[in-house]
Amino acid sequence: MIGYLSDVTALARKDLLVELRSRDTVPAMLLFVVATLVVFHFALPDDSSRLAAAGMLWIALLFTALLALVRSFVAERDEAVIDGLLLAPCDRSAIWLGKTLSVFAFLALAEAVALPAFALFYEPVTWELIAGVALANIGIAAVGTLLGAMAAASRARELLLPLLFLPLAIPLIVGGVGATLAENPGRYLGFLGLYDLIFAILSWASFEYVVTE
Amino acid sequence: MLLTAGLGLALLWAPEDADQGPSQRIFYIHVPIALTAYACFGWAAWKAFRLLWKGDDRADLESYTAVHIGVIFGLLTLVTGSIWAKISWGVWWTWSERQLVLFLILFLFYSAYFMLRYSTEPGPRRARTSAVYALFGAVLLPVSFLAIRLADQLLHPTPLFNRDGPQMSASMFISFCVCLAAMLTLAGAIYLIELTGKRIDARLRELREQLA
Repeated sequence: MIGYLSDVTALARKDLLVELRSRDTVPAMLLFVVATLVVFHFALPDDSSRLAAAGMLWIALLFTALLALVRSFVAERDEAVIDGLLLAPCDRSAIWLGKTLSVFAFLALAEAVALPAFALFYEPVTWELIAGVALANIGIAAVGTLLGAMAAASRARELLLPLLFLPLAIPLIVGGVGATLAENPGRYLGFLGLYDLIFAILSWASFEYVVTE
Repeated sequence: MLLTAGLGLALLWAPEDADQGPSQRIFYIHVPIALTAYACFGWAAWKAFRLLWKGDDRADLESYTAVHIGVIFGLLTLVTGSIWAKISWGVWWTWSERQLVLFLILFLFYSAYFMLRYSTEPGPRRARTSAVYALFGAVLLPVSFLAIRLADQLLHPTPLFNRDGPQMSASMFISFCVCLAAMLTLAGAIYLIELTGKRIDARLRELREQLA
């Protein structure tokens, strides 16, 4: 158990350190999410309700997440890092967990910028929104990492990942927007938690099958 | 096998006599198609699970064929549902109809399955990846249904349209069951035909490679 956790920590640390040194993904994500929020202002008519603004925020977060997910497997695929990881004497699912944690960290960083920007441009941010975003992050990172591994094996990587991901992301959007807007957000937050639990377990269990040659 | 398919189609036409309004008739086709599509996706997920758990390689083609037929039936569900919506309510599409929305999501999901298969090199990796994806589809089904219910409550607080309940008279129920059996038989027949075809294709390819 301790070995497993230290494997996971080592793998997550690796991704975070690589990002810290190369600064590829996170600055792009930050810029992308703020730019998207600005574009939405022009896309929404003047008298739009807060419903539309909340919905747009979630779409912006979703597509920013796709950016992070596409990038997260690029190094593994291009420089054959994945072969090295597979040869390492660790449980394959530890690779999944390490990657999920690092993607979650990137998303959290992006949201730390996106939510204040949203509060500035549109609507104040409530605790329910933050909770919803945090829960949805887990789901996005978990499912996205697995799908990223699937897409990395194919020829049309960047095209395939959004295609695979969007249908699975629909429940997350429903939960997230619901948590932001509904009178009793508890139900939607509960649903997000359920989604996270089910799909995290499923992804954790099936990662090995996806990544083995 | 073809005889079974023909019999299935013949059974479909018979119950059209025993019902009330002309627009209601499509219910006999639409719902069995929908249930058959669910059955196909469930079968695909079961075969996918067998592939991963037991390492049964033949299950890859079986799972793939089941998804293919499921998508066809899913498309038919959406089309017949759309037609029914137009006849009953005057609109081609409505977001308040939960089953249709669920099918739309599933249709998108399983269409992406084909994208996944076509853009990956054939081999055990593709088989396993497709299997995992098919399993995700089976799990997505109930989760999406829950999500749609939640979304409905958020975006459409007053339900405008109610689905026909299962309160059916005896003759309607029998007709419905016959149609359901017919649809499942049809799907099963198409499945067996397609599977045989795909297996022959694969075998032919193997022989060609051996000769070359």
